[in-house]
Amino acid sequence: MTTIDIKQQPVARLEWEKVALVILLALALIAPSFVYPLFLVRILTFVLFASAYNLIFGYAGLLGFGHAAFFGLASYAVAQSAKTLPITPEIAILFGVFVSAAMGVVFGWLAIRRQGLYFAMITLALAQIVYFFFAQVEWAHGEDGIQSVPRGHFLGLIDLSDNMVMYYFVLGVFLIGFLFLLRVIASPYGEVLKAVRDNEARAISLGYDANAIKLIAFTISAGLAGLAGGLNALSFQLASLSDVHYLLSAEVILMVLIGGAATTIGPVLGAVVVVAMQNYFAPFGAWVLVFQGVIFVVCVLTMRNGIVGVIDMLAKAWVDKSGKAY
Amino acid sequence: MGLILETRDLTKRFGAFQAVSNVNLKVEQGAIHALIGPNGAGKTTTFNLLTKFLQPTSGQILFNGRDITSAQPQDLPKAGIVRSFQISAVFGEMTVAQNVRVALQRQLKIALQFWRPLSSLSQLNDKADSLLEAVGLRDFRSIKAKELSYGRKRALEIATTLAMDPELLLLDEPTSGLGHEDVDRIAALIQSFAKTRTLLMVEHNLSVVSSLCDRITVLTRGSILVEGNYNTVSRDPAVIEAYLGTGHA
Repeated sequence: MTTIDIKQQPVARLEWEKVALVILLALALIAPSFVYPLFLVRILTFVLFASAYNLIFGYAGLLGFGHAAFFGLASYAVAQSAKTLPITPEIAILFGVFVSAAMGVVFGWLAIRRQGLYFAMITLALAQIVYFFFAQVEWAHGEDGIQSVPRGHFLGLIDLSDNMVMYYFVLGVFLIGFLFLLRVIASPYGEVLKAVRDNEARAISLGYDANAIKLIAFTISAGLAGLAGGLNALSFQLASLSDVHYLLSAEVILMVLIGGAATTIGPVLGAVVVVAMQNYFAPFGAWVLVFQGVIFVVCVLTMRNGIVGVIDMLAKAWVDKSGKAY
Repeated sequence: MGLILETRDLTKRFGAFQAVSNVNLKVEQGAIHALIGPNGAGKTTTFNLLTKFLQPTSGQILFNGRDITSAQPQDLPKAGIVRSFQISAVFGEMTVAQNVRVALQRQLKIALQFWRPLSSLSQLNDKADSLLEAVGLRDFRSIKAKELSYGRKRALEIATTLAMDPELLLLDEPTSGLGHEDVDRIAALIQSFAKTRTLLMVEHNLSVVSSLCDRITVLTRGSILVEGNYNTVSRDPAVIEAYLGTGHA
């Protein structure tokens, strides 16, 4: 063994992961010339949502089953505030992030006391409360949701009503959220978070307050899920019950598992695959869910860590074959 | 020399079952102290009480004369007490070097700052490497901890524990599940770091206990049976009876 810098992982992933992220960013910059911008907006918001969920699922080892509550809460908060208050879209989105993060503190505080299945059940129960709240309150308009939300003017200057302009606005906000997430994962705090995930008792014996550390992750994840929900509501000018539905909570788990948990690019790939599938299979109606189910089962049975696991394997084989040492 | 750790009438009940009753343990500064006893004697419960992973039903725990009975487990390292685990406890998905570094990190102000880059921890790399060198794991620094052999995981756990620079080390069966060579290696490691620290261990391997420990406390049925050095304890008829049954006494 040669000595390798401590920052590097022994796996080949870091190498291709970075390259792939840069390529995807370049694609994101030019894509609206070829693809319908609102479809791309949907992809971006779900990539952000899945990445945020991955922080608690992949890096904190918490199987939350109610993350749609944070996505949806911000969705409603942004829609209602943009519609009724004289505020600019970025303020509305900040407001959405704030309420989601605040609810994340409360829900997280209640849920992290329990582990595994119990944690999942508590988050599901809390998310159902949020769902029924929005199904009941008058201003959320039940099944109709909050419609024709004005996109407004960014900073009071740039009109977002054009889909192309809206796309680049979303891309900018998305990048802030995504890069922040990457920093959290690769920070001193991120190291401790992974330690708590790998062995909670040992992390406690090293002097770390495991519950506080999990709560920070849960809050950040809730806030970023809110950012995704807010962007989504503003772009599609709609906040509806499907944004807080438990099916959405299940979908985000699916995205992370298909892509590869506890990797930075896994949720990105997973979200792209699931959203694209829903879009292109839409003509088949309810069959989309059947396709999704089949693909999910195949992924879980045949891939060890989703798409990333497969690429890892191929990359490793290539490295071994070409004799290139990492 | 003074006492570093002392318990006063330490008692733990689980429902009607009294797992630990009125244990008065005294650990002297600088000693290597062993806690032994047959299965079900309450060693592990006592250990978990001392490490605060369990709360006692009654009684007191004093560390350097200070009452730590109601402390939280995560507060002990700050006071100077670090424990190890019976099943080797490493952070499997992290590299060997990261395992040690995450322990060193706690002393820094930036330990929990999620807005700082990972490079702010580079200042700890040399220290981490020298600790790995000390336990013979330097060459494995970039390997994921879960890929190490069992004996090396134990060595890594010791390096991580040393990174905390504790005054008192609580070891839960440090040689359990190890092969002969590894037992000797771990025993040598324990001996070398006991020069400047106090050690309390729960241990089954009597040859390790006899060669390492200055003082031995024998527990049976939740109470202290005998206390003394190896020669006193091993000749005590009550101990022989507790371990082997009356027929051999």
